Amino acid sequence: MADTQTDVAVKPKDKAFAFGKKEKALITDPFNDNNPITIQVLGICSALAVTTLVLPSVVMSIAVVFVIAFSALIISLLRNSIPKQVRMIVQLVVIATLVTVVELVLKALNYDVYKQLSVFIGLIITNCIVMGRLEAFSMANRPWRSFLDGLGNGLGYGAILIIIAVVRELFGKGSLLGYQIIGNTDDFMINTTTSWMFGWYANNNLMVLPAAAMFIVGIIIWIQRSMYPRLVDAS
Amino acid sequence: MLDIFLKAAFIENMVLAYFLGMCSYLAVSKTVKTAVGLGLAVIFVLGITLPINWVISTYLLEPSTSVLSGIIGQETDLTFLRFILFIAVIASMVQLVEMMIEKFSPALYISLGIFLPLITVNCAILGGSLFMVAREYNFAESLSFGFGSGFGFFLAIVAIAAIREKLRYSDIPPALRGLGIAFILTGLMGIAFMSLMGIDPGNIIPQK
Repeated sequence: MADTQTDVAVKPKDKAFAFGKKEKALITDPFNDNNPITIQVLGICSALAVTTLVLPSVVMSIAVVFVIAFSALIISLLRNSIPKQVRMIVQLVVIATLVTVVELVLKALNYDVYKQLSVFIGLIITNCIVMGRLEAFSMANRPWRSFLDGLGNGLGYGAILIIIAVVRELFGKGSLLGYQIIGNTDDFMINTTTSWMFGWYANNNLMVLPAAAMFIVGIIIWIQRSMYPRLVDAS
Repeated sequence: MLDIFLKAAFIENMVLAYFLGMCSYLAVSKTVKTAVGLGLAVIFVLGITLPINWVISTYLLEPSTSVLSGIIGQETDLTFLRFILFIAVIASMVQLVEMMIEKFSPALYISLGIFLPLITVNCAILGGSLFMVAREYNFAESLSFGFGSGFGFFLAIVAIAAIREKLRYSDIPPALRGLGIAFILTGLMGIAFMSLMGIDPGNIIPQK
């Protein structure tokens, strides 16, 4: 959970919108070395229940990327004028406003997915990863870098979310994004012309259960830490 | 009412069925003692904030029942303010509870420590309020739902803390130690709680 990026101070002569090695690291680090879910253990709360299907997970990831990146930008712009005592409330108001925007946009664009995600869009507010990045990075860094950091963390978070969703939808329902890939559709007894690949595959109902998401995250952590032993925590 | 309590505590457990409150659940579950403290605080805050948010949601935000509609004379839909108002209520209630506990029971205040303010960003609290709106509970039901889901959180966090205390003596692959095994354990506990799923709480309690 410790974050080493916070103490990287920006030299005053740096250009406002530079995109060098450091800035690139801000985006790529959260994919592996500093992944929000598997390393920082933040933001598991609001999203794992949406990963039974790929489409809601993609929408959820986009929403989280948007909220983190822009709240980081806004808080970073305001960072010198926020009193320390009320910073939590200020951050929550900024996040809640952005989440409201996301909710209204989604409601207008795709009502089905909106219904599927139900309360989980609202729960982005209390998604620890958003506040975690604001506290750890945006309060101490310039707007452009904070924006990139938010973007990177949102993407790293979305990547895990989509991996889980792909596994769960493929093995739980035999489909991806609603298209049948393996196994048979539910109506194969009636409609015998639809013969799919791997017709012998029976859907694994465990994958549809919430518990499967926990197993998959556990296994992802296991694989990741076996491949990169430096990530194993000492405790 | 009691059936909503039982349902929220066991069948639709906040942590094990919806993954809400995972952050504090994983971070604070290393010893049973702190887990009990956090669990009690969550029961308390959930039990208070849900009825308050119910009143706000019903009499300020919903266009058909809003007091403002009566005053202005036309329907005023303020539901878009829901997130901001709910989180503000939760933050101020946590602050209030913190001050009250500090005043009346300093010993409990010290034992809870940092976990008390952190409840603000516990997803289970906001999740409870949002579920209450989505499921259209009435006042009594939301009170019972609040205490029920708080109790469910308490159960889950105390159980995993007890398991993790025992786990120190077992030989786990290094890469799976700590976080990885905690996730898998939570999954297993979720499956254990699912065995309660077929139960209809309405049938257990004798109807009058």
